[in-house]
Amino acid sequence: MTVEGEALTTGRGQGATLVLEEPLSFWGGVDATTGRVIETRHPQCGRSLAGAVLLLTRGRGSSSSSSVLAECLRNGVGPVAIVLAEPDPILALGALVAQELYGVEMPVVVVGAEGYADCMREAMLSVEADAGGRLGFVRAP
Amino acid sequence: MLVGEAGAATQLAARLLVRMAELMGAERLVPISGAHVDGCLYHGPVSLDFAQRLVDGGGAVRVETTLNVGAADLLHPELNRGDPERHRAGRALMRLYSTMGCRPTWTCAPYQLAARPAFGAQIAWAESNAIVFANSVLGARTERYGDFIDIAAALTGRAPYAGLHRDDGRVATIHFQLPPLPSRLAESDVLFAALGHLIGRRVGRQVPVITGIEHATEDQLKALGAAAASSGSVAMFHMVEVTPEAPTLAEACGRRPPLETVRLALAHLAEAARELTSAADEPIGAVSVGTPHFSLSEFERLRLLLGGRRVADTIAFYASTGRDTLDVLRERGWLDEFTSAGVKIVTDTCTYLAPIMAPATGAIMTNSAKWAWYAPSNLGARVVFGSLQECVESAVRGARWTDEELWRDG
Repeated sequence: MTVEGEALTTGRGQGATLVLEEPLSFWGGVDATTGRVIETRHPQCGRSLAGAVLLLTRGRGSSSSSSVLAECLRNGVGPVAIVLAEPDPILALGALVAQELYGVEMPVVVVGAEGYADCMREAMLSVEADAGGRLGFVRAP
Repeated sequence: MLVGEAGAATQLAARLLVRMAELMGAERLVPISGAHVDGCLYHGPVSLDFAQRLVDGGGAVRVETTLNVGAADLLHPELNRGDPERHRAGRALMRLYSTMGCRPTWTCAPYQLAARPAFGAQIAWAESNAIVFANSVLGARTERYGDFIDIAAALTGRAPYAGLHRDDGRVATIHFQLPPLPSRLAESDVLFAALGHLIGRRVGRQVPVITGIEHATEDQLKALGAAAASSGSVAMFHMVEVTPEAPTLAEACGRRPPLETVRLALAHLAEAARELTSAADEPIGAVSVGTPHFSLSEFERLRLLLGGRRVADTIAFYASTGRDTLDVLRERGWLDEFTSAGVKIVTDTCTYLAPIMAPATGAIMTNSAKWAWYAPSNLGARVVFGSLQECVESAVRGARWTDEELWRDG
């Protein structure tokens, strides 16, 4: 399986997929020191983002989510890639800042509803978005 | 700016801004007349690293810029608890943002300051409740900005011309029709908070339009917007005949029929209000109001509701506000009144962001849907949601008091 999408940030990442069944606000919803989901009402509460290819349709709530994602990436407990159904500038910004400040590259790719449904079925995913291009690729290895 | 002639800070800011403009689908940038920056709230080392990089690169804001809350109450240091290291970092971050020429307003309700954006003004605001208020109530134009991009807009004096900056981004696509409301409920803060909570859960990023409310105060619209921006990503709403861009339903919808109409029953609103209570039937140990920051008129109402009575000894009562509002309370002689009534006034920060509240014994009561939404995960608090009147009566009695008549006709 290969799904093509719009790359919001560049980089490469491969890992087990973690599907968030509801939109998540990273701020208030993720502990940046452990990378775990802490929003008690969220279906994936308790799951760790660390090393995962994170699938969520879109973010939600506070714009401070950029900081929390950047903080997770700095602490080495962030996802290795994010696959979205809809664009999310707030998460993209967190990834861009982590890249500017620490050189951590974590691709964020928007694949649309159909592509997202395809990605959800895979247990492992590899995500690739090269500098210069605006295209990102999500593959099942 | 992109090539670096304006300094390294402006260059980094311009680089982030242009990339964000691309992501938002903007074809150009628009000059802004003001900014509200939220990056001054400490989240961790990234906050400091980023601000330090900008200060080292000679960062200075190009437009009038106000600052959101920080992680410490600078005026009431005795209230700050928690890890001293984190507290120091929070204060250091607040200093770095002041250094760049931002006004040390330290409030999440910049629309309550004396100078506020004019109708139609292009601005770049952060803080979800401030964004929704600026767009909906003031008719100013801002997208959802937040950490990093808010100061980038302030340093460049530009914002991506997309989304809510444009006429076509401000058109309502979903219509919420309210049922006839019991008269006291229609006047209450609870109605607006519960409605906002419900709308946020339902619409995500769409612009909703509400009919069936004849009038609303700024405090009520603030409660609605803050709730909708917490449970969802609402950055603008219209309320027909109440908000400035909604003289009629047709105009709010851009003269097209809304994609969807939701007819609400009283039971939906009551359910939304109940959903905000996460505590079981346990006693309360504290009350927290002022999320977003209490306005002067909210303090007036608090004063009336207290009616010269004192908060019970077993209850810690916190009201968060901006330091500008605090100055007015002091001038009016109300500050001493509140203090002797047992109301602890918190400035510059908020009780769900900074370690301010004493370890609670029991549940915490609030009239803020936003506080009720975030405090369970941020503080591990068990929350009772109620009207300001319910909060005050409960605080004075030292036990939960429920306004049984609020949801009934009569």
